[in-house]
Amino acid sequence: MGGGSAGRPAQGLLAEGPGRTVLLFGLVAVLFVGTGMTQSWNTTLAIFNMGLVSAIMALGVNMQWGYAGLFNIGVMGFVALGGLAAVLVSMPPVPGAWEAGGPRMLLALLSGAATVAAAILVQKRMPRGKLRVLAVAAVLVGGFVVYRSLFDPARDAIEAVNPAQAGYLGGLGLPIVLAWPVGGLIAAGAAWVVGKTALGLRSDYLAIATLGIAEIIIAMLKNEDWLARGVKNVSGLPRPVPYEVDLQRNPAFVERVSAWGFDPVIASSIAVKLAYAGLFALVLALLVVAAQAALNSPWGRMMRAIRDNETAAEAMGKDVTRRHLQIFILGSAVCGLAGAMMTTLDGQLTPGSYQPLRFTFLVWVMVIVGGSGNNLGAVLGGFLIWWLWVMVEPLGQGLMGIVTAPLPDGSGLKAHLLDSVQYMRLFTMGLVLLLVLRFSPRGLLPER
Amino acid sequence: MDLLNAAVAFANFVLIPATAYGAQLALGALGVTLIYGILRFSNIAHGDTMAFGTMVTILVTWGLQGMGMSGLGPLPTALLALPVGIAACALWLLATDRVVYRFYRAQKAAPVILVIVSMGVMFVTNGVVRFIIGTDDQRFADGERFIISARTFREMTGLDEGLAFRTSQGITIVVAAVAVALLFWFLNRTRTGKSMRAFSDNEDLALLSGINPERVVTVAWLITAALATTAGVLYGLDKSFMPFTYFQLLLPIFAAAVVGGLGNPLGAIAGGFVIAFSEVTVTYAFRKVVSYLGPADWSPDGLLQLLSTDYKFAVSFAILVIVLIYRPTGLFRGKAV
Repeated sequence: MGGGSAGRPAQGLLAEGPGRTVLLFGLVAVLFVGTGMTQSWNTTLAIFNMGLVSAIMALGVNMQWGYAGLFNIGVMGFVALGGLAAVLVSMPPVPGAWEAGGPRMLLALLSGAATVAAAILVQKRMPRGKLRVLAVAAVLVGGFVVYRSLFDPARDAIEAVNPAQAGYLGGLGLPIVLAWPVGGLIAAGAAWVVGKTALGLRSDYLAIATLGIAEIIIAMLKNEDWLARGVKNVSGLPRPVPYEVDLQRNPAFVERVSAWGFDPVIASSIAVKLAYAGLFALVLALLVVAAQAALNSPWGRMMRAIRDNETAAEAMGKDVTRRHLQIFILGSAVCGLAGAMMTTLDGQLTPGSYQPLRFTFLVWVMVIVGGSGNNLGAVLGGFLIWWLWVMVEPLGQGLMGIVTAPLPDGSGLKAHLLDSVQYMRLFTMGLVLLLVLRFSPRGLLPER
Repeated sequence: MDLLNAAVAFANFVLIPATAYGAQLALGALGVTLIYGILRFSNIAHGDTMAFGTMVTILVTWGLQGMGMSGLGPLPTALLALPVGIAACALWLLATDRVVYRFYRAQKAAPVILVIVSMGVMFVTNGVVRFIIGTDDQRFADGERFIISARTFREMTGLDEGLAFRTSQGITIVVAAVAVALLFWFLNRTRTGKSMRAFSDNEDLALLSGINPERVVTVAWLITAALATTAGVLYGLDKSFMPFTYFQLLLPIFAAAVVGGLGNPLGAIAGGFVIAFSEVTVTYAFRKVVSYLGPADWSPDGLLQLLSTDYKFAVSFAILVIVLIYRPTGLFRGKAV
């Protein structure tokens, strides 16, 4: 709609169709290349890599919202679970920690899971009534006591092992690329639990439930030191690509880039970023192909039919709640995958840095602006909005510099305005979202 | 066995804080439930609306303090600034309604679209608040700090355990009670209030009987501004003001509204107290209380804390899930759109 009026199909390049897709992707490419020319290629690649990750997150949310109309505002939680997977898979096991409390911790977690399973079993098997409520409560309370009596000593033992450097169980010491699918799996598991309880009820209940689960996951990552060191952070995650210093020490690399006329230090950093970009682009391409195939398959048509008219789809014999659960799990898994990739790129897990505005709502802006229901639209939104998110600050800084120029130096107002520029991006994102919703509700690349 | 000291410790650490917190949540949940009842969507921007009203109140409070005020006698200056905050918040909400929400109302957009639109409003409000006051912790309470301090209480009663009753907690309870009484008087006794209830119960019938929908919506935003700002200022006086904390309050507030039954004002109040008492009880370390109950010179080994305070969101969430499973329309039958 953006280019054309609502009633008449627009003419020319902005008409809906493949031409428009190419044009808009071209424009985003120009933004990135322009940033590279005017600032540095290093910065541009860094933005581009996060753009790739953002595009994958947007794909995941687009599956839930665009295909099925599910309102998930707990994206942050699933992304963080992916990050946790990166630590659990790739870090070497902490010597001594497993011996100190590993098996006991596993036993505690098993007892916790068994308690919940038993409670559900009692709930399902016993006849309705006060007795059932009492029995479920008794199972839960008893199970909780057993769980804590196993868990507390195990946690203390693990956290006592070398607390300054470790204090956690460590991971499995496997290649970090394996963590990407694992991150998807863990997120899928969490999504199953949420979906089981909140799907099939009113749509805003899912929203509130996902908002809650995301906060709980972040609280868990911040507090369970035995798992991933909590707010002490896990840094130095192994990489799937070479280190810059190794490249700089590699005579063949230095010789080649020098021959091309590049500074080896800058070239090494760019080479590493390009390697990440290659890996991420591969994942993104695979996902887009798979998502397109799914969307155009009978399954995809069924999903959209359910989204557009649940009652009619139900009358045709489709199990709406089951299908919703399926797509909710799939979309969350993609977010988990993206989260694992992001933590890989950062090389560290910092639970304190997960903010809902950045990891949930920004991804939503990407999907809405890009075009909900259109996979390429979500990808476009991912790149465009991420670029905007990063660039609004320097742009705002410049703008504010001009606006405040007439004010005397050292005035409190001027200092305050210049300091506050960083919050411009929230305002800008909200404005972009509202404008797109109002004037082009189907997004830049509308669903066909 | 020392029942008296145990009761005092319990009142000091659980009963009084949870009552004050429950009153704040109830006021917040009333705003959510009102918008849900009249405009029929879950307003994600509510936490930031609270932050906006509170921010204006804080700025006015600082202005008054700058002019040499240090409280209305024992009461904090912020109470004097509160009406200005409410007015500013009302203007802001009416502006967002005119510029943003009205368009979708005219289109009869699906509720979930309005939820997404409120997400945009949330971003903008959030940006404005942070732009003006920053992200830091702000304290603006003045006046008398305590109604009864722990030491006075010990001296008065001769007990070992102190009972502190802070002014902010007392004010919270009184102001919340007055606000709720006014709200119910308005909804049940006045013509406008009755027309709002009619509109919430059955929009078509209400329109048929000549109720002006735009007027009902305007009044709903005005009341929401008053409730949200009051809730925000009371929370800020009791704890402190930080924009991000207010955003996070969205979860317990929504949990309270859902637990009580969305669209049901009485339910929102009950829900607020259910959430607050569960949160405080589950995250309080009961060691002290239990050690008074046991034999003298004995105290339990652990802290007797069910969950660390960092997991308070888990409590709201767990209650929400339980209610969703057993009674999806809430304790007091709410509406389902």
